[in-house]
Amino acid sequence: MKDTQRGNTEKVERLRELASSVRRWDLQVVHGAKLGHVGGEMSASDILVTLYFAVLRIDPSRPDDPERDRFILSKGHSAVALYTTLAHAGFFPLEELKTFAQPLSRLNGHPDRKKVPGVETNTGPLGHGLPVAVGAALAAKLQDSSWRVFVLTGDGELQEGSNWEAAMSAAHYKLDNLTVIVDRNRLQQGDWTEQTMHLEPLADKWRAFGWSVREVDGHDIAELLETFSRVPFEPGKPNCIIAHTHKGQGVSFMRDKAAWHHRVPNAEELATALKELEEVAS
Amino acid sequence: MTQLYDCRDAFENKLRELASQDQRIVAVVNDSVGSSKLNQFGQMYPVRLVNVGIAEQNMIGVGAGLANGGLIPFVCGASPFLTGRALEQIKADLAYSNTNVKLCGMSSGMAYGELGPTHHSIEDMAWLRAIANMTVIVPADPVETAQTVEVAVSTAGPMFIRVSRLPVPIVHDPDYHFEIGKAALLRDGGDITLIANGVLVCQALAAAEMLAKEGIHARVLNMSTVRPLDNEAVQAAATETGGILTAEEHTVFGGLGSAVAEVVVSTHPVPMRILGVPGVFAPTGSASWLLEHFGLTAQGIFDAALELVKRKG
Repeated sequence: MKDTQRGNTEKVERLRELASSVRRWDLQVVHGAKLGHVGGEMSASDILVTLYFAVLRIDPSRPDDPERDRFILSKGHSAVALYTTLAHAGFFPLEELKTFAQPLSRLNGHPDRKKVPGVETNTGPLGHGLPVAVGAALAAKLQDSSWRVFVLTGDGELQEGSNWEAAMSAAHYKLDNLTVIVDRNRLQQGDWTEQTMHLEPLADKWRAFGWSVREVDGHDIAELLETFSRVPFEPGKPNCIIAHTHKGQGVSFMRDKAAWHHRVPNAEELATALKELEEVAS
Repeated sequence: MTQLYDCRDAFENKLRELASQDQRIVAVVNDSVGSSKLNQFGQMYPVRLVNVGIAEQNMIGVGAGLANGGLIPFVCGASPFLTGRALEQIKADLAYSNTNVKLCGMSSGMAYGELGPTHHSIEDMAWLRAIANMTVIVPADPVETAQTVEVAVSTAGPMFIRVSRLPVPIVHDPDYHFEIGKAALLRDGGDITLIANGVLVCQALAAAEMLAKEGIHARVLNMSTVRPLDNEAVQAAATETGGILTAEEHTVFGGLGSAVAEVVVSTHPVPMRILGVPGVFAPTGSASWLLEHFGLTAQGIFDAALELVKRKG
């Protein structure tokens, strides 16, 4: 196995278990609320867990620490995956996840930074995260601070032009403290990205905009760890990690299915999914 | 001859002065260095003038990110593009996220005259005041513009400051003290109240002078904060003067007049007139010609006020 060959087995194993737990909580929360976007949440879970448990310099007891690393979930519709990861990391109790989407819950369908500790900016409309991340990375540079900024975008989301305005400015300002991770699950709401609006050659696009690009298996935690450890890839250039992922990863009947963008699992589907994920975790 | 001022100068002077004392202040522009009059700021603080190029959506997001990093960004651009192009970013990244960003809409209203309706910003008050958690300020003269910049630095949260390039006289005393959400009583009277903001405050004052010669005593309020509105001043105007005329360099749909009417109809209904651009794209003409064309002058306010006083009986 690729993971074990690279060593660091225990850490990787722990992160895998966490990612499985995040996925199981996610599916149960979405099932309970009858609302959510499980497909993109399953594809992003390994990335989120790797970031929160092994990469980000953050302290859940001090979410406003000025020197913290910033993480921005640009694909705000994957809110439940973020909430579940934040809860696992200790930003708020796991039990609170069960209030998701209930009246007056802090946990809205899309994240609200005024209510949820650990959320940096309110997302939901697409193409908003990267511009804000550019500003935060620039703020670090202007103040000679060492914090870093990570932003997770969807792939379909890159059809929004605001991302490319931001991409241009990040390279112009030489923001090597900024890393974008593209959750390249190849599916958007209704179809494959390449059927809807061509994104390829995606890596070349980022390179042409002045970014240093790496492509990884977004479900290989060891590879993710190693890639994040090499940031900045090149001094003076912003970093782009194209994470090749699968929508619905971890659940056989959801994998690579556009329908699971925002379909809610019924009781039977949930039971099957949880069983599959438990088997992987054990 | 009364001396006239471009409020952008007062804006830039105060911003530069405050920037020398407060390292957190940065300016963000969309290539609009000259049109925001920020050349001198850029010479003194080259690193703190962030030019994102002609990219308004990114500009607002970058502003939000700079605020996330503890800075106080003044995001400056021609008002039509700053507001219209990036309205969703303003809603989500600034207002809903409650970020400490100051949006500065330069050359607002019809200041760009002959450049045409693409360059006119006569919807910005309506758009911005419809968004929860936005403070919307339209200063009337250089005194108030400078004070607005000071208040913007000392008050946390998102704010829209509408800065005109049309020359205006000073309408405030040197000891004037601007407060968010507080109308300034510039002239008292009991027959009618003229409520204006921005470049029309001086016209309302001149109209009040003309009305006085007809024996009509007009109260004049500078309603520089459109949101949160000074509801008390509006209610007092309605109950004490029995008629309200509003004047704004803006469409009559959703701006100052609408904001005042919302309070009047739900508290103390009295006859009103709302002067502004009557829901059309302006024809070709200079800024001053267009103001005349739409009756946004002392004479226009005077004529409408006379009618209103007659109507209320």
